[in-house]
Amino acid sequence: MEAVRPGIAARLSDLFWRRPGALLLVLLIPPLLWLGVIYIGSLAALLVQSFFSIDEFSGLINYEFTLKTYAELLRPANFDIILRTTLMAAAVTLAAAVIAFPIAYYAARFAKGHMKALFYLGVMLPLWSSYLVKVYAWKLILAKEGILTWAVDGVGASAALNAILALPVIGGGSLSVSYIGTFLVFLYVWLPFMILPVQAALERVPANLLEASNDLGARPGQTLRHVILPLAMPGIIAGSIFTFSLTLGDYIIPQIVGSSRLFIGQAVYAHQGTAGNIPLAAAFAVVPIVIMGLYLWMAKRQGAFDAL
Amino acid sequence: MSARFLVTASAAALIAAQPVLAQMATEIGAGEGQVDIVAWPGYIERGETDAAFDWVTKFEEASGCKVNVKTANTSDEMVALMNEGGFDLVTASGDASLRLIAGKRVQPVNVDLIPSWASVDDRLKDAPWHTVDGTHYGTPYMWGPNVLMYNKDAFGDTPPTSWNVVFEEMTLPDGQSNKGRVQAYDGPIHIADAAQYLMAHKPELGITSPYELNEDQYKAALDLLRGQRELVNRYWHDAFIQMDDFKNEGVVASGSWPFQVNILQSEGQPIASVVPEEGATGWADTTMMHVDAAHPNCAYMWMEHSLASNLQSDLSVWFGAVPSVPAACSDGRGMQNQEGCDANGLADFEKIRFWTTPVSNCSQGEGACVPYYRWVSDYIGVIGGR
Repeated sequence: MEAVRPGIAARLSDLFWRRPGALLLVLLIPPLLWLGVIYIGSLAALLVQSFFSIDEFSGLINYEFTLKTYAELLRPANFDIILRTTLMAAAVTLAAAVIAFPIAYYAARFAKGHMKALFYLGVMLPLWSSYLVKVYAWKLILAKEGILTWAVDGVGASAALNAILALPVIGGGSLSVSYIGTFLVFLYVWLPFMILPVQAALERVPANLLEASNDLGARPGQTLRHVILPLAMPGIIAGSIFTFSLTLGDYIIPQIVGSSRLFIGQAVYAHQGTAGNIPLAAAFAVVPIVIMGLYLWMAKRQGAFDAL
Repeated sequence: MSARFLVTASAAALIAAQPVLAQMATEIGAGEGQVDIVAWPGYIERGETDAAFDWVTKFEEASGCKVNVKTANTSDEMVALMNEGGFDLVTASGDASLRLIAGKRVQPVNVDLIPSWASVDDRLKDAPWHTVDGTHYGTPYMWGPNVLMYNKDAFGDTPPTSWNVVFEEMTLPDGQSNKGRVQAYDGPIHIADAAQYLMAHKPELGITSPYELNEDQYKAALDLLRGQRELVNRYWHDAFIQMDDFKNEGVVASGSWPFQVNILQSEGQPIASVVPEEGATGWADTTMMHVDAAHPNCAYMWMEHSLASNLQSDLSVWFGAVPSVPAACSDGRGMQNQEGCDANGLADFEKIRFWTTPVSNCSQGEGACVPYYRWVSDYIGVIGGR
C-alpha cells in the first residue's frame, strides 16, 4: 500500500536542483557565521568596551557611553606609546621595502634553476623556525658581550659602534637594549613578508615593456622609475601592509630586545588582567585598526590598488 | 586512602561543628577517582620533566584520585579558569586569592579535616591572603622572597646590604658606576619595592605597607622610580631573559627570584643574593578549593598530601621556593635540607612583605589609597621616561 517515498538525500538533491539559491545559502552560512559572529562580533565587542570608562576611585568599569577613555590615549605617556609604535612600524616598512626590492628584482629577473630554488629557500628558511627562537637568537647576537660586539671589536670598528650607540633616543647601553636593536630584529623577522609579494609583482612585469622602454630611449634609471616601480607598486603596498601591521601589533620582540619602553601590544597586555582597565586596553587595541584604516585609505588614493 | 586517615578525619569533623563551618565539608568520604588542579607551571610534577621530581604518582596510587593539571601563566589566567569552573583546586598567589574569595569562586576549607595543618608554619596559618574573618580559604602551598641578586665579581668582598644599588646612582666596589648595569622588574608591582625602600629611607612619608600608598607616598615612589629609569637599560620580565642579561649584557645587580640565583649558581656563574636591610617583597601561594568542586574528597586528600608528603621538600628544590611546612626542610622527606631552605629565604621571613593587590579602600581609609590599575598606567609612563 505504502508509496515509495524518495530518501532525504534524494529530496535534498531535488530541492537544490530546483532552487540553486538554497544550496548557495547552505554552503555560505557556516563561513558567514564564522565571519559575522566570531570575527566581526569579537571586534565589535572590543570596540564597545573602549567606549566605557574606569571609575577613578573604585577601579570598577562604568558601563556608560563616554569618550573619556579615548581622551586618555592622548595623555603624554600613552601618546608616546602610539607614536613610538607607529614610527617603528614606518621605519621597519621603509627599510624592508628598500632591502627587499633588489633581492626580489634579482630573484624575479635573473635567478634561474638552482639559484631560484636557493632564493626561495633563503627567504623561507627563517619562517620555518620558531619566531621565539629567532628573537632569542638575535638577543644573543646583539648583546653587549655578544658576537656582534666581538666581531666589531675584532675589525677595530668599536669606535663607530659606540658612536652609533651614543646617538640620542635611538642609542643605548648596547644594541640589544636600544631602539636600533628592536628595529633590526623587526626588520629581520618581517622581511620575508615584504620580499615575497614584491617578487610576485615583479615577475608579472612583462619583459617586452622593459624592452620597449629601452627602445624608446629611456635610461635604465628612467625605466626603473617610470615602468618597473609603478608596476611593482601593488606588491610593495601588499608587503608594506604585512610589515606595517605586524610591527604595529607585535608585543614580544620589544619585550625581549629593546629598552623596555612599551609598544601598543604590550600596553594592551598590561592594562587588561589584574589592572582591570579593559576600556583603556580596548582603546589601545583600536589604535592599530584606525592607523591601518588610514594607511589603506591613503594607499587607495595613491592608486596602489588600481593594478590589482 | 588509609583507614587511619578516615578515622582521624571523621573525628576531626565531629569537633569542628561550629556555625561558621556550616557550608564547608565536615567529613571526607571516598575519593571520586580524580582531582582537577589549576597550577603554576612546574608546580605539580609527576616525574615527566625530570624523573627525580615526582610528587604525584604516589598520591594517585594511595588515594585512587587521578591528578589532572591545567597550568596557567598569570594570576589573571587562574582567576579566569576558576570563574569558568570545572576545576577543584588552584594554586593561587596573593594577587589572585582575595579576588577569588571576594568573587565567591572558592569555598572555606575545614582545616580540621587536614591532619597536617598543624605542621604548617605558624606565621602562615592565618595569613591575610587566604584567611578572611577567621575563615580559612585554603592551605599554604609555597612562598618565596624577591631577593637582590648580584654579581660577586662586581661587588668583591662587600656584598650589597641595601636596595640603594638599584635605586641610586653610585660607584660599585669594582670602581665603575652602576648606571646601565642594574635591572628592575617591569611589572607595576615593582612600585611596592620602591615604596619599601622609602619606608626605610624616608620615614617622614609614613608608609606602613608598600601595597597601601596614598597620593603623596605614591608620588614619592614614582619619583624614585623615575631616577631608577636613568640607571636601567632594560627592565626584566622573563626569568630566562634576566639570566641571559646577567651573563651577556653586563648586568650586575637586580631584584630577582631564588629560582634565577639557583640556576645561575648551578651554571658556575659568580652570582649570589641577599635580602637587604630594608627587607624584601615576596609571593605566597595557597591551594584553594573551587566553590562547586566536583571532587571535594580527592581535593581534601590532595591538600593533605601537599603538606604531608615529599612535595613541599622536593618542590622547594625544584622551584627555588620555601616550603610552607618548616619540617620539610629538615626531616629528610625529600631532597631539601636546612641550608637549601635558608638559601631560598626561610630565614628572612620576618623581612618579607607579601604581595597583595593594591586597592583604593585600604587601612588608611575609604578611597585613600591608589588602586592597582593606576599603578599599571603610571609605571608604563615611568618606563617610557615620563
